[in-house]
Order: sequence, then C-alpha cells, then structure tokens
Amino acid sequence: MALVLSSDAQLVRDTAQQFFAEKSPIEALRKLRDTRDPLGYSPTLWQEMAALGWAGFLVPEAYGGSEFGLLGLGLVLEQAGHTLAATPLLSTALIGASALVLGGSEAQKQEYLPALVEGARIFALALEETPHHAPHRIALRAERTAGGYRLSGEKRFVLDGHVADTLIVAARLADERIVLLLVPGDARGVMRTRNFMVDSRNAATIRFDGVEVAEDAALAGGADLLDAVLDRARIGLAAEMLGSSTEAFERTVQYLKERKQFGVLIGTFQALKHRAAAMFCELELTRSAVLAALSSVDDGSDKIAAFASLAKAKACETFFLVSNEGVQMHGGIGMTDEHEIGFFLKRARVAQASFGDASFHRDRYAALLGY
Amino acid sequence: MEDLEVFRVHARSWLAENCPPSMLTPLVEDEVVWGGKRATYPNPEAKLWLDRMASVGWTVPTWPKQYGGGGLSPAEARVLDEEMKRLGCRSPLNSFGISMLGPVLLEFGNEAQKQEHLPKIVRGEIRWCQGYSEPEAGSDLAGLKTRAVLQGDHFLVNGHKIWTSYANFADWIFCLVRTDPGAKKHEGISFLLIDMDNPGIRTRPIRLISGASPFCETFIENVQVPAANLVGPLNHGWTIAKRLLEHERRMIAGFGERNRGDGRSLDELAKTYSGERDGRIADPVLRDRIAQHAIDSQAFSLTVRRAAEEAKSGAAPGPASAMFKLYGTELNKRRLELVLEAEGTQALGWEGDDFTRDELQATRMWLRSKANSIEGGTSEVQLNVIAKRVLGLPD
Repeated sequence: MALVLSSDAQLVRDTAQQFFAEKSPIEALRKLRDTRDPLGYSPTLWQEMAALGWAGFLVPEAYGGSEFGLLGLGLVLEQAGHTLAATPLLSTALIGASALVLGGSEAQKQEYLPALVEGARIFALALEETPHHAPHRIALRAERTAGGYRLSGEKRFVLDGHVADTLIVAARLADERIVLLLVPGDARGVMRTRNFMVDSRNAATIRFDGVEVAEDAALAGGADLLDAVLDRARIGLAAEMLGSSTEAFERTVQYLKERKQFGVLIGTFQALKHRAAAMFCELELTRSAVLAALSSVDDGSDKIAAFASLAKAKACETFFLVSNEGVQMHGGIGMTDEHEIGFFLKRARVAQASFGDASFHRDRYAALLGY
Repeated sequence: MEDLEVFRVHARSWLAENCPPSMLTPLVEDEVVWGGKRATYPNPEAKLWLDRMASVGWTVPTWPKQYGGGGLSPAEARVLDEEMKRLGCRSPLNSFGISMLGPVLLEFGNEAQKQEHLPKIVRGEIRWCQGYSEPEAGSDLAGLKTRAVLQGDHFLVNGHKIWTSYANFADWIFCLVRTDPGAKKHEGISFLLIDMDNPGIRTRPIRLISGASPFCETFIENVQVPAANLVGPLNHGWTIAKRLLEHERRMIAGFGERNRGDGRSLDELAKTYSGERDGRIADPVLRDRIAQHAIDSQAFSLTVRRAAEEAKSGAAPGPASAMFKLYGTELNKRRLELVLEAEGTQALGWEGDDFTRDELQATRMWLRSKANSIEGGTSEVQLNVIAKRVLGLPD
C-alpha cells in the first residue's frame, strides 16, 4: 500500500496543482455561475485536461489510455478540489471509464473508450431516484423488447447529466435484477432538466419515457458492477473533498494570522488555536484514509469496499467540520458572496450527499465488518 | 527486498528455537518484565527470554551494536516485529530506558554516557524512571524548581518530583533540574542522571482512582550527583527535555494499541452484552458510535503507518508526535467509554465474584485511561504544540 507518493505520482500532483491554480481558480466557477453558463463547465478546459492524459488514467493502453491508476487520478481530483474546479473528471474519467473497463464488452470498449480518453465524450451515471443515496433502491424499469430494452422512470441528481453524451442508467429488470445500460443522451424519450445546485456544479433530473435501446447497450455485472463503480466514485470524490477541505483549512489558518481584533491577531486566541489544531488532526487522518483507499484499488485489494466507506465517511465529516469552521472563523466577511470561503461550504454539502454521506458509510462499514 | 526475506527466515527460525513455550502465551499483568536490580521473575522463563533476546540485542533491535543493540535497520526491525507477532512472542522487556532515555542518550549523550548506560538498558539490568513533573510544574513543566548546584566535581540536588512512574521500583532517575535560577525559565534547566541508591532519595506511591499506584512522589534531599552525569551542555536541558517528550508521546499514543484487555473487539462486546439482531448490534445508536470509533481508529493507524513511511530511517519524531499523542489517547478513552456502555453495569463492578476478571479489568482500565490525556502533556498542551509548531499560529 502506497501511503507515500512515488516521484511519478508527485509529478502528476504538481502538474495538476499548477494547472488548476492557473486555469480554473474559484473565479472560473463564479463566472460559470453568474453567467448561467448553459454547460456549467468549460469544454476547452476539459480538452486540455484530456490532452494531459488525465481522462485516460484508468483506461488500458489498447484503448488509448495510460492505465496510470486511481492513485494518479485521485491526486488530480484532489488538486481540482483545491479550486473547486467544475469538470467532468469524476463523471467521465472516473465513473464512465470504470464502468466500461470493468463491465464493458470488447465492442463497447472499442466504441466508447478512445473517445472518452480524447475528451470527446462525456458520461453520466443515472442512479439516484430519491433525495438520499440508496444505490439498490431502483424503480426505473428496463422491459425486454424484441431487440433490446425499453426504459421507463426518472433519475435525479445525475452528475453532469445535462451535458453527457452517454448516460449509464441503473435499471431494474423484470426478474428484479439490476442492470447498467448505456443510453445516448439524445435518445428518443429522454427528457433532461438541468438542476441548479447550491454548489453551482452540474446535475440533472432525467425522465425516461419508453426509451428504446438495443441488446448491446447492457454492461455486464449488474449490481456487483454498480457497487464496484460506486466504490471507485466514492474514493475519487473523497480525494476531491480532501483537496477542498485542505484548501478551506489553509485559507482559514492564514486568516487567523492576518485578522486583528482587540489589537492582536485572532490567531493568538486559544479558543481558535485548539479548534484549528483539531481540524489539522482530522485532515491528516482523512489524507491517510484517502491514500489507502486509492491504492487499495490499484493493488486489487479484496477490501476496496471497506476502504471506500472509510475514506468517504472521513472525508464527509472533515469537509463538514472544516467548511463550517471556515465560515465561522472568517466572521462577517465569511458570510459574504464576495468572499470565496462560502463556496467551500456549499460544495461540502453537495459532495457529502453524493454517493453516500457519513452516516450511510458508517452503517455500511459496520455491515462490512460483520456487525 | 531479497535481503529482508533472508533476514525474515533467519529471525523466524531464531525465534522459534529460542522463545520459551510460556513466552508464546498471552501476557499476564504480573509477568510484564521491566528489568532492574530488584526485578523478580514469577515466571523464570521470562528471565530466560530476556537474556536470550538481550544476547542478540533484540530487546532494542534498532540501537547500534556497539551499545548492545541489535543494529537492525528500521525495515529489519519491522520484520522482526512482524515475526514476533506472527509467532505470538511476548515482548521480552518493557522499559522507560528503551522508550524514553535511550533515544535521547543516543542523540545528546557523550560517548562515556552511552557506553555506561545503554548496554544496561538493553540487558534490562537498570530500571529507569522519569523525574519531570513537580507539584507546581505540571503542564507548565518549565516552571520546575528542583535545584542542582554545581560544587566542583558534583551537583548538589534538592527537590520534589511527582508522577514519577514506578519510582519505587526504579534504580536510576533521569531528572530535569534548575541549574540557573536567574535565567529565563526555559534557559536555566539541565538534564541530569541520578543513581537512586542514595539515602537522600525517598519515594512514596500515590493511590489513583483506579485503585492502583503506578505513580510516586520522589523526594530528593542533599543528594550529590557526579558532574559527569550531566547530559548535554549545562542550562541547555530543555531541548533534550522536549525531545524526550516527543518519544514519550509516541509511547503513550501506542497504549491503546497494546492494552486491548482480553482482545475482544467492541462490536463483539456490544453483541454479547447488549444484544444482536440479524447479525448486527441491536442498538443502532451504539452500533453507529462503534463504527465511528472503528473508522477513526483505522484512519489513525494508517496515519501512524504513513508517518513511519515518511520519516527517513531512524529520524526522530517531530512536532507531529503531538498529534499522535492527542489523537491516540483520545481514541483510547473513547474506546473504554464504549466498553463501559456496551457492558452496562457489568463493567461497573469494583471487585468480587459477581464480575468476571475481564469485566473488572475493563473498569480499572477505563479509570486508568483518563490519565492518558494528562500524562506526557495534556491534550490541551498537545493542541498548543500543534497550533504553534505545526500551524505556525502566533503566541
């Protein structure tokens, strides 16, 4: 298990750090929000990211990728988290690539993966149907037809769902099994409504009204594939949340060293020092959990599920803590839209709710450990 | 890598040949080996095991061979530890000489001091105790008043130490003393080694809330200590004191890992005492809190491991040891509170046949654990250290 970064991994991290700081600071997210940008992300930026190879980190060389691994992709996600960059990294480079690599047929891989690696095709996992993450509570039906499947139902909170070229739809078959189906975003009967979320990132509600797809739209693996893809998504998102939490924390500590009240720096107050030190400890634990989870996937561990719940639970708690304390310790200025600390608070809650919050993962962790 | 595997094979066969049968059984409290001139060995195989391990330096595997240590690299020491765990070997020797004094003597001691003291620590011949706190110098340790006056070739020492763990069994004490009362409080302190075989030194055990008396008061009256027993320069003992505290904090942070009682996990206790439904702990709130503790424990263990991997081989612990002390002890306290909650009134007995040995031990360990976040620097002091030395927050 790699808890210390190799020089290759450090290079990926440093490149990503510089990239997001220069090309996608929080100002870029603010602009997407304030102009009500119809896409909600920058396709040019995504092209540049793909050119750096990030979209192909999970994809084998035979399909144009580098198979560098989830640790590398996690380091990029972590740096994207520092600037709250709105990109299809999670939906496409991680979730789309994992679903195809783990569950795709040879033909599906050849059709979809090279375009994914080039940044030419965006994916979205259409899973949730209720306000809470409940991966196996799926009502959307996939009826068998002569040539394939007919889909009826509704999905919510589909990350990048309004811009995706390909939807990966979790559906229930007549025999109650779960199946993942590849559905073109513009297929007949697909109705997409963009959601405007508090974090200004991208999601959609999608209705499927008798949508017909062919036999070869199905990925192999059913519920097991869904769980495997979700665990990778949880781990990758935990890495992004680690980056955002670290950034919010560092900005807050910096503020404690600059802001004066009562004639002294507020960082001299023990009430604030102790809370800052406690946050530092939580961040260190979160970093260890995230690194262990990322490398558990690359190592092919049989405990990926437990590591995923460990990392996501810690990341949720830590981001919650740091985002709240960030606003509180900034005082009045932290309540203004002009100041950027509030963006972290808003992002924290959406990231917490994505793919299971802390209590979901504590429950799952306990179940995985046999109690 | 290959060399490590060669070493593993060697360690495995050596341990298998040399570890006496009873040393492969779980450790019982009164058979813990602390060494020292007055040590008694209720189980003679414990002494045999100590001597055999000491003969190859494996009581302190990473210390240099010239001082009796094992001369192993950190990686080899880890392999030895893994092999001992795999076989179930008891630790042959447990002492403050190993965990606290030795590392600072290696760093700050002169050659004569290393030659004199380190081999005796390795062999468990001398038992050390720690003369740090005083009645008026707890968290404000640098406010200590024990005086040492240099008179020619010796110091004359007078003072009153408290919370000296096991001073009543110890042979020597490493002591913080004030050698310049005129200087600022951190700058007039020296680090002195004192032989306790002296009529001017008295110890008195202190009974604690757990009923046990692991700590003493130590009174030092007109004791002459050779000037050669000064470690490091005169009046520069605070640097050594802080470094030793880092080692001590690491040790205390590990208490939770080692003192697991009867080895049953929290979830097993909860199922046994409070009920089970469909394979789960019946009480959903208790289950959630146990899961939370398990998650924090695992993340903490991973962090300890990450720090070990990050540290260059043999590097001394830095200010981050404050985090390990803080988090490790708070986790241990949380664990014992959960044991109490899981076992209900069965964990609240003090003595008698209505409670099992494990239940009674859990009660005492719960009480003992309250000291974990006080001894070696309180949790609040650790938070101060992190804020100042890690985060750079202003004074």
